[in-house]
Amino acid sequence: MPYSDKVIDHYKNPRNVGSLPKDDPNVGTGLVGAPECGDVMKLQIKVNPVTQVIEDAKFKTFGCGSAIASSSLATEWVKGKTIEEALKIKNTDIVRELSLPPVKIHCSVLAEDAIKAAIHDWKSKQQAAQVAAAASEAAAPNAGD
Amino acid sequence: MAVKLPIYMDNHATTPVDPRVLEAMLPYFTQQFGNAASRNHVFGWTAEEAVENARAQIARLINASPKEIVFTSGATESDNLALKGVAEMYREKGNHIITQVTEHKAVLDTCKRLEKYGYQVTYLPVDREGRVDPDDVRRAITPKTILISIMYANNEIGVIQPIEEIGRIAKEHGVLFHVDGVQAVGKIPVDVQKDGIDLLSISAHKIYGPKGVGALYVRRKNPRVQLAAVIDGGGHERGMRSGTLNVPGIVGLGKACEICQQEMPTESERLRALRDRLKDGILSRLDEVYINGSMKYRLPNNLNLSFAYVEGESLLMGINDVAVSSGSACTSATLEPSYVLKALGVGEDLAHTSIRFGLGRFNTEEEVDYVIERVVETVNRLRELSPLYELAKEGVDLSKMSWKAE
Repeated sequence: MPYSDKVIDHYKNPRNVGSLPKDDPNVGTGLVGAPECGDVMKLQIKVNPVTQVIEDAKFKTFGCGSAIASSSLATEWVKGKTIEEALKIKNTDIVRELSLPPVKIHCSVLAEDAIKAAIHDWKSKQQAAQVAAAASEAAAPNAGD
Repeated sequence: MAVKLPIYMDNHATTPVDPRVLEAMLPYFTQQFGNAASRNHVFGWTAEEAVENARAQIARLINASPKEIVFTSGATESDNLALKGVAEMYREKGNHIITQVTEHKAVLDTCKRLEKYGYQVTYLPVDREGRVDPDDVRRAITPKTILISIMYANNEIGVIQPIEEIGRIAKEHGVLFHVDGVQAVGKIPVDVQKDGIDLLSISAHKIYGPKGVGALYVRRKNPRVQLAAVIDGGGHERGMRSGTLNVPGIVGLGKACEICQQEMPTESERLRALRDRLKDGILSRLDEVYINGSMKYRLPNNLNLSFAYVEGESLLMGINDVAVSSGSACTSATLEPSYVLKALGVGEDLAHTSIRFGLGRFNTEEEVDYVIERVVETVNRLRELSPLYELAKEGVDLSKMSWKAE
């Protein structure tokens, strides 16, 4: 199967391979796909809680060259963007950038899902933290005295 | 390392034409170019003689008579002719065919078509080693059974079926026995008498012959097998397959068979040693690598391995100067993983991680050593990229995880 030069480049020199600490409150982790389908992507983002800018991103992928390239590209693109900007990344952008053939479009869809899953996870963590903070304030009304 | 790249290790898909085969074929393109059916001049007679010589070479390889060899465009056509030809000819006797789930698509898809025409087909399962149980064959036979079709050796996993036993059962019950011999003929001893085979499909391009030509062995004695032709028009090949004979191709097929017969004893041992070297080299350097299919009943030149946590197509990309193939869905046009591995009970996750190596006449020890290095290095690199490997190393049981599949 002929790969585009960009896919080959990402495969040979994947950007941002690795892991961020899952338990860090500012890290969102997206794990999408399934081994039975031959495609699993883990994409993690580290978000600045004040500016909502994605300061770091890491990925690991079990999948074909196009899947690896799609997720590597995804980490490149989300870095430096705000959460809202990252949510705007569409799989069609990935297809265009990597010149993915029709049979590989689903790899780009999974990468878009991975971004959204990581953001969703980060948002849930923020909400949970807020709820916990509110609960502890309510429980200790005299803490500020 | 003195290896010439890229290295070809996909000899179950096709083989290069042996230079000796090519040399034998060439005169029949421009000098002795006659139509073998031209009965009235020397051009035709020369071509006919070459064809008859090839028939004899093929017959010798499988212990048949030259009269029992029918030439086709390849084994896919041979499989079609055997199945459809018997189905039509023996329709009065019955309409039931027995085959098995890891057959080549040339057999399975033909069976599907026959089912549309009202035939009943039983697809027998295989065990975890990839083998059919002869007792299952026996139990499946009914008074309406007219044909059993079981491949000699499988193209993906190289596993060899218990052909002689099945041949005996077929004979006991008066049922014709077709064998797709594509991967076995020329590689391991195939004897249509000893094995009780009534129809045998042969492919030239799997045994260092040219593409576009094959043969079907059709038994003439005990019993005399009759076939309805699939291709009509002129009555060539005793009415079984019309069409001008591909003389150069046939000469090539004949020569390829002759070379295989002469070299099989030494070649099969040489390839077995290379295959074992490849297997041991990889298994000693990597963990969580699984062999798909029986090692005991296996073609000497085949190896099919699953590399856990590493998807097949990405592995092929990483060893892109080595030509092999994979059972991963990503490598198939239809995005379905290998049905052969599925039939063995290999989980879909491991099917996606499988690689098939097919060694051949022109592979060397240096090439095997190079491939071992590339495979080990690429698997290690891809495992570093793999979220599944990471989870497994953390002690997570992947089979218990629930996945958000798309």
